[in-house]
Amino acid sequence: MDVILFLVFAIIAVVCAINVVVQTHPISSAISLIGVMGSLAVLYLLLGAEFIAAAQVIVYAGAIMVLFVFVIMLLNAGAETRKGRSFMVQLLGVPLLIGLLGLLAYFVQRLYLPGVTVHFGGFRGGTPLDIGRALFTTYLLPFEVTSILILIAILGAIVLARKEMD
Amino acid sequence: MTEVPISWFLTLSAVLFVLGVAGFLFRRNIITVFMSIELMLNAVNLTFITFSYQLKRVNGHLFAFFVMVVAAAEAAVGLAIILTIFKNRGTLNIDDVDSMKN
Repeated sequence: MDVILFLVFAIIAVVCAINVVVQTHPISSAISLIGVMGSLAVLYLLLGAEFIAAAQVIVYAGAIMVLFVFVIMLLNAGAETRKGRSFMVQLLGVPLLIGLLGLLAYFVQRLYLPGVTVHFGGFRGGTPLDIGRALFTTYLLPFEVTSILILIAILGAIVLARKEMD
Repeated sequence: MTEVPISWFLTLSAVLFVLGVAGFLFRRNIITVFMSIELMLNAVNLTFITFSYQLKRVNGHLFAFFVMVVAAAEAAVGLAIILTIFKNRGTLNIDDVDSMKN
């Protein structure tokens, strides 16, 4: 059951991720990216990360992607025009990427022999209670720093995107 | 077999990360390049959560949470920069934004 769940949503995620890369229109890429994020949220639930799954749907698939779609519509971004891409990229890009993927997969398979497995409910430490407790004790300073970071980001976005007043 | 090997999760994460790198390198639209970065951040988050499961600790979830916060801040500032670029140059193609090259 867990294997079927994993396979279904992993395939959805990979197909949507390929779609993000191959679609020429930005809005299609954005919709596919929402698909990736949604299926990743299901995989987080499988791994026992309830809070992160909820935050993934709300923050990523909700807020950030709405921002993307909004900007795409605001700028009226059309399909990408394909013109002279670099020769080196054409020649080396795909082989190097496949090499990177092969290396990553090789080390993952070497490091994780089939003894460590995941089943639903195997880890129950990802509830909002546990996250909150860790966030406000061990990680209190990083938490406060992120609030400052968000404030700076808001100010920066306003300063960058405002119309010139004079 | 009803249990998923943990390496499958990590391999999925590697596949998503490489697809993000591919989008970052091959695409020419600045918004799609930005979305590829989000894809890479998502792949890294999956790795954090998987290791958190393996170690039975909550720390990985906290790191994934901070990655999300930073991604939100980055998206806000980055899209503001994209708006400014479009306002000043009237293009979204990153090949046309090459003032620092010459």
